Amino acid sequence: MFEILSKEILAQSITKFVVRAPYVARKHKAGNFVILRVNDHGERIPLTIVDSDPGEGTITIIAQTIGKTTKLLSLQVKGDFLLDVAGPLGNPTPIHDYGTVVCIGGGVGTAEVYPIAKALKAAGNKLVTIVGARTKDLVILENELREISDEFVVTTDDGSYGMKGLVTNALGNFLKKSGSVQGVYAIGPIIMMKAVSDFTKPLGLKTFVSLNPIMMDGTGMCGACRVSIGGETKFACVDGPEFDGHLVDFEELMTRNRSYMDLEKVSLERFNGEPAGHECRTGAKEAANA
Amino acid sequence: MPNTLKPSERMKIPRQVPIDQEAEVRKHNFEEVSFGFDESLVSQEMLRCIDCKEPFCVAGCPVGIDIPGFIKLIVEKDYLGAAKKIKEKNYLPAITGRVCPQETQCEAVCPIGRKHQPVAIGKLERFVADYERMHSSFNGFAVDEKRKENVAIVGSGPAGLTCAAELAKLGYNVTIFEALHAAGGVLRYGIPEFRLPKSILDSEIENVKNLGVKIITNFVIGRTATVDELMDEMGFNAVFLGTGAGTPTFLGIPGENLPGVFSASEFLTRVNFMNGYKFPEFDTPVKIGRRIAVIGGGNTAMDAVRTANRLGTEKAYLVYRRGRQEMPAREEEVLHAEEEGVEFHVLTNPVRIIAGDNKWVKGMECVKMQLGEPDESGRRKPVVIPGSNYIMDVDTVILAIGQRPNPILQATTPGLDMSRRGTVVVDEKCRTSREGVFAGGDLSRGGATVILAMEDGQRSAAAIHDYLKVKDEKPKVKEIGAPA
Repeated sequence: MFEILSKEILAQSITKFVVRAPYVARKHKAGNFVILRVNDHGERIPLTIVDSDPGEGTITIIAQTIGKTTKLLSLQVKGDFLLDVAGPLGNPTPIHDYGTVVCIGGGVGTAEVYPIAKALKAAGNKLVTIVGARTKDLVILENELREISDEFVVTTDDGSYGMKGLVTNALGNFLKKSGSVQGVYAIGPIIMMKAVSDFTKPLGLKTFVSLNPIMMDGTGMCGACRVSIGGETKFACVDGPEFDGHLVDFEELMTRNRSYMDLEKVSLERFNGEPAGHECRTGAKEAANA
Repeated sequence: MPNTLKPSERMKIPRQVPIDQEAEVRKHNFEEVSFGFDESLVSQEMLRCIDCKEPFCVAGCPVGIDIPGFIKLIVEKDYLGAAKKIKEKNYLPAITGRVCPQETQCEAVCPIGRKHQPVAIGKLERFVADYERMHSSFNGFAVDEKRKENVAIVGSGPAGLTCAAELAKLGYNVTIFEALHAAGGVLRYGIPEFRLPKSILDSEIENVKNLGVKIITNFVIGRTATVDELMDEMGFNAVFLGTGAGTPTFLGIPGENLPGVFSASEFLTRVNFMNGYKFPEFDTPVKIGRRIAVIGGGNTAMDAVRTANRLGTEKAYLVYRRGRQEMPAREEEVLHAEEEGVEFHVLTNPVRIIAGDNKWVKGMECVKMQLGEPDESGRRKPVVIPGSNYIMDVDTVILAIGQRPNPILQATTPGLDMSRRGTVVVDEKCRTSREGVFAGGDLSRGGATVILAMEDGQRSAAAIHDYLKVKDEKPKVKEIGAPA
């Protein structure tokens, strides 16, 4: 059992937890994730380890509420226990002093790029950080990232904060201005990682993305997380989760991630107290949505 | 008195037939297929053993159970004594009584089988194991001498559980590290409820724990701690690796990554390990289409196709590139699958999986095969019949074409010799290339059986005992200690 030591709501539907998991904390490196299960009827879901404190024996995770499991997680409070936390899983990010690196976080992916940015900065890189969000209220970890970055840019789709536009616009601006960049790390929605990879490919600019396929065991056992990398099938859990963005078949990943959408909806509706698998006949749902 | 029967009279008693659920009923539920023997069937079957002077059955048993010995105790109606007799060699009899291929082991060499049918040893084993579970408070064997050495067992499948039990019986401090959230390995994630109910597995694991074995879940050796850390920092004097062969292999044909194509590992783990068949009461979903094809001819393929049937698919096909005779699955499993209405497409091989408009699987292109010359496995090699391509109308494809050992251990354990197939190299005492590190089960064999994994667990326990007796050093200082 893994105790929740603190909880903080970072943005609407994005929650941060500090969890006691001393063995995971001891071995955590940037790029690793955990598989967790909230209770004994629960799913196993992968979440990036955002931070760790080996001395205190704690790890930090950040989750966005999307389906039933992340919703259930978001309802846990300080003092509650997560039933299972296994990790650290996945290959750590290779951290070297490359020169200048650009770390791009999109939405909740900002939480996933943060430990990598931190490690790259500590290794001596000049760190440029671009955080993209739909709107101002969804920008997370701004202070933490600003503090470690040599340059820091926020973009919002609606222009409510920072630069109006997409992370690729900000990346383009930076490249125009300063030219020399040795690597790009982009973590966020698949569509964003694809856009960044498409943008950097013709420039020959090495780009790493962290993939988030459906995963179950996280130890190389089920193959649910298989992804096509340069035409070869890889398991994101043991071969990744980071891959060369220029080789990833993003279309396939998007398709595969939609595999269980209908059942995920059933599960969430049931959790929300709506009758699962039935059309709402009372009109209450329509009324609620109106 | 029955025990005054002459051998000729014993041989006249027909082999008793276990009580099975009707195929038409069982194919819609996850209850056990076979209920085994009740006491009255046992009271007949036990008389069929002629108590040979030289018991071939014991030699035929990978873990060397004293089979005539336990049957004699059954005759004396000392069922608990019979169970204890089995447990001298096999601590998981309720499991082996259900999943062991007795027909190729103990029962294959039973002399009664030369003229008649062999004694139903497996069903007798199962009966006493079940009797003990329901009637006894037997809590293990008295340990003569508590030993100071600590042994780490990596993986809680049949090899690990057996090795742990045997070492605990010898007085060692044993800790099992399990990567997943529940113990049992393939017994839990692979073998379906209808062949091995989880409640029985739970109670067998509880018995192992009652010997003093500690089981730590959510602990991935290679990630959470390495083998070297177990030995250098956590105070373990020896390590047994029994992580099995859980990594699925794929065919490498077009369309294999389409949604609707699953490895048998994923499908069975969703259903068995995550209780996906009880979705949405349990959160892990299972997608099952109207027409499903399972590729492969082994026990995993049979488990997958019979599970698909129970989840309510309209058509369940079993597609295998060789003939029915060449299937590596147990005959009983093949028969059960046929009885339950699985349609067998043998001498058939998929070459391409086809996507529909929604990108989900909508068909599978297959070719027909014929058997040619024997290959290295001794079985006749399947050869493609040119121009025999056709499309099979399916919306779900499950691949059960074999598993390999998980790559994490080898990647994180320097000096651990591996074969080209990804298995750990061991000698006849299950010793690896690393001192103090032993391995067995599917990790060293590739895909094999539960009982062979148990044999390795037993052999490794003896080898670890020999190793530690010689070594006889004080336990190392625990620097970080094992988790509570």
